[in-house]
Amino acid sequence: MSDRTETTHARTRRLPQINPVWLLLAALVAGIILMNPGFVEPTGYMNFLKRAAPLAILAAGQVYVITSGGFDLSVGSLITLVVVGSSMLTNNDPAATYWVIPLMLGMGLGVGVVNGLVVCFLRVPSLIATLGMMITLNGLAFLWSGGAPRGYLPDTYRFFGRELVRDVPLVGFIPVSVIVLFVVVGILAWLMHRTNLGRQVHAIGDNPVAARLAGVAVNRVRITAFMLSGLSAAIAGILLGGFAGVSTDVGSGYELQAITAAVLGGAQLLGGRGSVFAAFGGALALTAIFTLLNFLGLPQPVRQVVQGLILIAAVALAMHRRKQTGT
Amino acid sequence: MSGSEGAPPHKTKSGFRLERWAPLILLGGAFAIYVGVVLATGQAQYLTFDNLIAILGRSIALGITAIGQTFVILVASIDLSVASLISATAVLASVIMDGSPAMILPAVLAAVALGGLVGLTNGLVVTGLGVNPLIATLGMSLIIQGCLSAFVSNFAGSVPAEFQVFAYGRLGPFPLALLFLLALACLAWILLRFTKFGSDIYAVGGNEEAARFAGIKTRRIVVLSHVICSVCAVIAGLYLASRLRSGAPWIGADGVYDLESIAVVVIGGTVLAGGRGGIWGTMAGMLIFSLIDSVFNVAGVDSFAKQVLRGIIIVAAVAFYAARSKRIVA
Repeated sequence: MSDRTETTHARTRRLPQINPVWLLLAALVAGIILMNPGFVEPTGYMNFLKRAAPLAILAAGQVYVITSGGFDLSVGSLITLVVVGSSMLTNNDPAATYWVIPLMLGMGLGVGVVNGLVVCFLRVPSLIATLGMMITLNGLAFLWSGGAPRGYLPDTYRFFGRELVRDVPLVGFIPVSVIVLFVVVGILAWLMHRTNLGRQVHAIGDNPVAARLAGVAVNRVRITAFMLSGLSAAIAGILLGGFAGVSTDVGSGYELQAITAAVLGGAQLLGGRGSVFAAFGGALALTAIFTLLNFLGLPQPVRQVVQGLILIAAVALAMHRRKQTGT
Repeated sequence: MSGSEGAPPHKTKSGFRLERWAPLILLGGAFAIYVGVVLATGQAQYLTFDNLIAILGRSIALGITAIGQTFVILVASIDLSVASLISATAVLASVIMDGSPAMILPAVLAAVALGGLVGLTNGLVVTGLGVNPLIATLGMSLIIQGCLSAFVSNFAGSVPAEFQVFAYGRLGPFPLALLFLLALACLAWILLRFTKFGSDIYAVGGNEEAARFAGIKTRRIVVLSHVICSVCAVIAGLYLASRLRSGAPWIGADGVYDLESIAVVVIGGTVLAGGRGGIWGTMAGMLIFSLIDSVFNVAGVDSFAKQVLRGIIIVAAVAFYAARSKRIVA
């Protein structure tokens, strides 16, 4: 984000290049405020951020895989497996949370490692590899819970999704999930835009052969990208487990929403370009669209149609801009 | 990497090419497993001719969809909108027919028109606007499914008995639909193997830029492939409507026809990057899928465990071809 100031200096007399996702988000938020003035109160926007948190975290992880040139379709079913698995393992015992959460994070990393290994060493395109993983994990979630998950998660587990930090100056309260959101997005953005790992992720997505010749350990970087995506899915699953009850379809549809959010943020499919902050903005924009449609009283099917139109329009616009700027 | 064979270029010409035979090897393996499981569990009645035909009959809709999907994957595109298109046509056709035999022709025409429109839109968005085909067709899928579920939420309309012949009719020992699938596959094979359009498809899929420089109207080829794919999905939707005797807005999504048809095509040896593969591989992929399902049924595998194994098998089958390649994939 900070290079923007440099580019404006370099090319004077040109409007600063603002990622259009922020303009979209601003317009949507203005629309929401118009519909519902209560949105400017902390309860309004904090609830909004809380609702957007799982998707935003997921998008921030997904952007690593997309930038490296792949897809991760397994995140939605990984969320389901995390929620179902947690409810089976904790078994209503509040003390179990302390080992279940690290175990779930480890499982997210493990799924990412398997995805990465299959793509790198079995040379299966990530679309198919993570699709297979999605089907497998969904089956595992059903298998584990016997088809009908029971009970609910203990309050200690739901802490991350449900609790608020009260008596904060300025805003009054902050949901724990929003803190998790900012910490995760901050770390992922730092990794992506301030470290060698991020540069290498961009490099292997842009041109894997050139990256390998330049000395990038392509396989290791790719596996790391899948691990970060898996980890973000596990975190999103833990938050979602705190929001709502246990079911076998908590995660369904999230993989597509995460890809949509990353693409809205200008990430280039098939690699080479992507920003964690912009994906975060994309996730907020997507959630804002759904919120707005809710306020307008539009039913679920319309949400689907709008999501489809936005997805196509965002990519078409990005391609148009790229053609114009010649990059 | 280099230790095993050294792979001199001339060797690929005369030597044994795994990619070419892999679908047959996988099919043989799947069939051997099927026979093995049937004999091991002592259920020899599953080996009769009728039963083998029945196994094939179960995956006709998937086979028809996969034939269309082969075309788009060959031009290095992809179509994720087939599942919702299948639901949409099944509902559309059964609502228009509404039990009256006189309305069969208008219903079929309307469905094909819808498919043509969807395919044309997909193709134009991909070629004209330069949208990644995955995103373009995914968006289309959301749009179709949204429109559909805004109007219909349950079984709608009904299919007259005359149209049910498509799914239930028999010609001697063979189901009519199976013969239709075979005819469609032959047609697709002839189109790909013996016509200019077919060789253009391989050229565009192999290297779009080179194809354009060679004077091929690449955009037109991609758009046409998308239209073919959508029309195949429409046919699959009509078949399902005929089989279920009515259309419902979830039949496409329930069968996971979008992802499964892609998996079938890829298992059949068609490369996702385009330009290599063919119809008979896809047919082999379809047979492999239905044999695997039958193995699970015969062996009495729990339905959830079935799903787990299915995911692993899809990846393993693709790895079977891909693991030896030296290309970097993402």
